[in-house]
Amino acid sequence: MALDLVKEKWSNAVAVVTIGALKDEGGTRSSVVRCGGEEGLPFLFAEGKTPHRPVIAMEVLDVEPDDWPQSLTSAIGPAIKNPVEWAVKCEKDYKADLICLRLAGAHPDAQNRPAEQLTKVVKDILQATTIPLILIGCGEDKRDNEILPLCSQAAKGERLLIGETVQANYKTLTASALADGHSIIAQSPIDINIAKQLNILISDMSMSIERIVINPTVGALGYGLEYAYSIMERARLAALSGDKMLGMPFICFVGYEAWRAKEAKASETEFPTWGKQLERGIAWEALTATTFLQAGADILVMRHPKAVELVRKHIDELMKE
Amino acid sequence: MFIIGELINGMYKDIGKAIQTKDKSIIQNKALEQIKAGADALDVNCGPASKDPINDIQWLVNTIQEVTDKPLSIDSSRTQVIESGLKVLKNKAIINSTTADQEKLDILIPLAMRYNARLIGLTISKKGIPQNKDQRLELAAMIVASAQEKGFPVEDLFLDPIVMPVNVAQSQMKDILESLREFKIISDPAPKTVVGLSNVSQGTCQRGLINKTFMIMAVGYGLDGAILDPLDKDLMDGAITSDLILNKHIYCDSYLDAYRKK
Repeated sequence: MALDLVKEKWSNAVAVVTIGALKDEGGTRSSVVRCGGEEGLPFLFAEGKTPHRPVIAMEVLDVEPDDWPQSLTSAIGPAIKNPVEWAVKCEKDYKADLICLRLAGAHPDAQNRPAEQLTKVVKDILQATTIPLILIGCGEDKRDNEILPLCSQAAKGERLLIGETVQANYKTLTASALADGHSIIAQSPIDINIAKQLNILISDMSMSIERIVINPTVGALGYGLEYAYSIMERARLAALSGDKMLGMPFICFVGYEAWRAKEAKASETEFPTWGKQLERGIAWEALTATTFLQAGADILVMRHPKAVELVRKHIDELMKE
Repeated sequence: MFIIGELINGMYKDIGKAIQTKDKSIIQNKALEQIKAGADALDVNCGPASKDPINDIQWLVNTIQEVTDKPLSIDSSRTQVIESGLKVLKNKAIINSTTADQEKLDILIPLAMRYNARLIGLTISKKGIPQNKDQRLELAAMIVASAQEKGFPVEDLFLDPIVMPVNVAQSQMKDILESLREFKIISDPAPKTVVGLSNVSQGTCQRGLINKTFMIMAVGYGLDGAILDPLDKDLMDGAITSDLILNKHIYCDSYLDAYRKK
């Protein structure tokens, strides 16, 4: 007799967030990305539908990155010096689902680039690419509150996913995103209570839950991955059981985390027994990504083209019913 | 916790009058107010003054389901009134209630099955109100056995241990609480438990405090649902916080608001 597996019944589905707007929707994208909508735990298709497969966004910086290892920068090549060329490469050559532009050059401790240059990069990338765009500030609250509203306005109607809001600083960016028709990233420091609270605060400003994506903050393999995984798992279980204030898709910045790991960055001369640095880095990013897919990640923000290719193939396999 | 709002009952003056004059807005406002305060379902009772409960219950059900799709608990001791209400009910149904008398079980369990309704079973019989835990358990087992025999899903059964006023039956309070826990071990899957809360404070001068304290203690004993006044904010805050303590929802600074918005 065949063994009948126990199936959970869930009462709530994750909200569906749409990123990008087509021409007849007021934007200029030729395709949109829908994420979320899960009716059950990841890849357990017998328990509930997964209407939208996890997507991969590739990270592009507005300035040439100064702390990325050579194994990563050389994979992208000379385009890394030009954010528009870099973005086009992500779309055309690496088949990214979305571009994730990080305005690293805006940081006061970096180049503190003027706002006009930043809005121009946003507009130029939108013009040169056809896939949806995620826009991230420099991470310094005061500077982000100054530049992100301007970038938001410059991309009005494009339905960006824009971030990041945190509990101590969410009002300015939420107001801008509301006015310009964008969705928003709510970031919490690996803390489910703060994740829920921030979602309530943002939705109290009349932002619908179909326009919020949770960044739970993750750690790379060996750097708190299990803890981040358990927080995501707990949030997703609560969401499926009816907690709408945790029922949003997850975005995970796995590239950022994985390439900070010593195992990804350290040279072969330093650790000759660790194997080839390039393979190590790619493996570290890909493994970090595939782990968070199992925790419910909807959007993976990644860096190395080879890791992107591996993870995409893995998603293809996972999505086979 | 599963909260059934108790305020649409003809024994309350405003509701009784609204039923008499067929004033929909009073009923609908009372329904929406309770839902906004966090009620998961609404109890509907024509009250003792209704001269034509068979028609009045239909009018009430229709009036309420114009404004909400929350489950309605059709509350009457007469099976004809319950069936009349179920006939027009489109929302999910709860039958409130059957006793542990075989002749009532034989009518109401099949009725619940026909209308896909959950059923509240009072551990009381023609012989009267049980006086201790063992009598309650015996009546509860009889209701569960009858449900199982007829093929009614036990997890859709809510057992009510019959809460007595604390100033009348003080010595029974501990037995009532312990019954809640023991009802759960009658069968697997276990039946659910519910109490008509306000009875505990009947005739006392600290109604709110006694209601709230009893409810929180009962949640500790495994109570699943209560029929209560959801507009008593302090009481509802206590219910929500009890669930929080038992890890049934996730803490955040605005957890009280978050629960009510669910």
